[in-house]
Amino acid sequence: MTIIGWAQIALVLGCALLFAVPVGRWLGCLAQGRMGLLTGIDGCVLRAAGVDPARGQGWQGYLLAMLAFNAAGFLLLYGLLRLQGMLPLNPQGFDGIPPYLAFNTAISFVTNTNWQAYSGEAAMSHLSQMTGLAVQNFLSAGTGIALAFAVMRAFAAGGVTQFGNFWVDLTRITLWLLLPGALIASFAFIAMGVPQTLASNVTATTLAGGEQTIVLGPIAFQLAIKHLGTNGGGFFGVNALHPFEGPSALATSLQIILQVVIPFGLCLAFGRIVGDARQGRALLAVMVGFVLVATLAIYAAEAAGNPLHIAAGVSPAQGNMEGKDFRFGLALAALFTATTTGASCGAVNAMIDSFTPLGGLVPMFLIQLGEVLPGGVGSGLYGMLIFALLAVFVAGLMVGRTPEYLGKKVQAREVKLAMLAVLVLPAAILGFAGLSLVLEVSTASLQDAGPHGLSEMLYAFTSAAGNNGSAFGGLTADTPWLNTTLGIAMLAGRFGFVIPVLAIAGSLAAKPRAPEGPGTLPTHGPLFIGLLAGVILILGGLQYLPALALGPIAEHFAMLAGQTF
Amino acid sequence: MLRPLLSLLLGFTLLLGVAVPLGVTALASLTLPERAGGSLIRQGDRVIGSALIGQNFERDRWFHGRPSATSVAPYDAASSAASQLGPTSAVLLAAVKERLAGARNVPADAAAASGSGLDPHISPENAAAQVVRVAQARGLPTPRVAALVEQHVEDREFGLLGEPRVNVLRLNLALDALH
Repeated sequence: MTIIGWAQIALVLGCALLFAVPVGRWLGCLAQGRMGLLTGIDGCVLRAAGVDPARGQGWQGYLLAMLAFNAAGFLLLYGLLRLQGMLPLNPQGFDGIPPYLAFNTAISFVTNTNWQAYSGEAAMSHLSQMTGLAVQNFLSAGTGIALAFAVMRAFAAGGVTQFGNFWVDLTRITLWLLLPGALIASFAFIAMGVPQTLASNVTATTLAGGEQTIVLGPIAFQLAIKHLGTNGGGFFGVNALHPFEGPSALATSLQIILQVVIPFGLCLAFGRIVGDARQGRALLAVMVGFVLVATLAIYAAEAAGNPLHIAAGVSPAQGNMEGKDFRFGLALAALFTATTTGASCGAVNAMIDSFTPLGGLVPMFLIQLGEVLPGGVGSGLYGMLIFALLAVFVAGLMVGRTPEYLGKKVQAREVKLAMLAVLVLPAAILGFAGLSLVLEVSTASLQDAGPHGLSEMLYAFTSAAGNNGSAFGGLTADTPWLNTTLGIAMLAGRFGFVIPVLAIAGSLAAKPRAPEGPGTLPTHGPLFIGLLAGVILILGGLQYLPALALGPIAEHFAMLAGQTF
Repeated sequence: MLRPLLSLLLGFTLLLGVAVPLGVTALASLTLPERAGGSLIRQGDRVIGSALIGQNFERDRWFHGRPSATSVAPYDAASSAASQLGPTSAVLLAAVKERLAGARNVPADAAAASGSGLDPHISPENAAAQVVRVAQARGLPTPRVAALVEQHVEDREFGLLGEPRVNVLRLNLALDALH
């Protein structure tokens, strides 16, 4: 670890927080429909689509519209992928994507997971990337933010049954936030060297006299929304490590900022909407605290290097360089990895499979904690609010009072639904990973032997159920068993969580907001921040410790003992 | 519900998946054609490669880039890949030992495979360690090659971000120009 490395982390994270302030303000305006002239424009668009923007939906109506829209998006993407061989913009002449892989990929992009069981440059046509995958990057991100808007308004309202309209939220978020953001970012990326062209591949005659096929494509625009929408599905197999997706340390820094700016901003928007900015800042403080600790842990683990390789003659000065490109440096690789796993993005600028055991444990644990640190766009905020409800419930149990959050009484129904939501993740991760580790059909997919093999499988289901999308890439994921089970885990992690969350929002919206009394637990101070962090660690993390002990922790001690597998 | 669903899904698909990316592509080819086209390096009509993408160099007369784990051949830009081997992998340790060939205190970037398989850069220490070999193979005075390496060390971006590094393809191009 170097001072300059720490300075890089401080600068990039500081910029992200700085940008989150105006983004948060704008998110608040969008959620409340206070956008001036733009409200008139999207009103026209919506009326043309048969939507009355003034008509609200109850939680069931909102949920139904969201589910139907996502189901239709899945079908459209599945069809595009299966038929890509017959469609235009396919300069490399790729065949259609086979059924299991198309099923997995379509679910993956609709659920904002962007797990990639394929390698982009070797399987996807320009049309599939640009019109199939990238469109879902926008729409799945829009869906997540829309849900967060609905939940925020439910907290702010009192005694209502309706809290907005899915079609209105989705349209506003897409047109007035994601599209302009992606446009600006894509030109920044092009200026940094990311290609944006429909030209087919170029064959170069290398200096040493060989041939090199250079894959080009409409990369920059897709790259911009991939980070802004915390999607993470790369144009190339190696994602943001590819020199065309991550040409420089500046580009990787911009990607880090993009992938946390909306999740951070949503916290601030929440504070504005409930009329108490401190509430939003408290949630943000928990998120930033975890990201910082995780970054420093990864940085320390990777900078220490691999003792087995150091003993063989590798200089310890650079740390662990396996699976890393040189231009980013370890500090930015650590910050990128902590934010991409904390934020449910899943893009990578360093191969997590080749991290030291503890360096790989941290990103896996961040996802397992529930993808709320800061979590995906939208999903991070509503996930964090579920933990906040559970934190006030725990506090209420300690002092024997009915818990309340922002003036809303938290009662049996909300707590039961919140626990249901929180239990979906461990059930999907540990259930499927456990099953897949004893079945021959899936253990054949493991690349590494010993505890690292267990980590590979555990990480895959962690990533899928957490809707993250990063991987211990040694796993051969393109098999019927893994394509199917990982697909189901992604669906459970997204919709199994969202349904109880919207039900909670429905019941909270109907309750009146009571004024604060003398016995109310303040939910903006250091006491609550500590309580919330503790609840996330214990409720979110405890159940994974046995599995982590068998994987990365066992591997760490094996490595120190000089053992290889 | 069917009408908003279909009109928004198809409308957004046409807007975000066709119209805007095509517009961005057109505007990029007008304003930043060189970068939007992949930062290609040409000699006459011939494309030598991309300034951003590393190439495979094996003979003594070139500076060598980082070990590459792309599948068919090293630095296969049509199929980017990393080794994905874990820290306690025996296969990885054997590969590292083979690259070290008994040497001690070797810079890690010379012994560890890159994440993209296409890393265009090496560390200045790695380049410095190759100077004598390259100078001998080319019959050039060692200080001259060392000075060339020195000139090709790129500083951290804005003096802060990333690492000081050497672009291997550009260095080898400059080396050819010395003769």
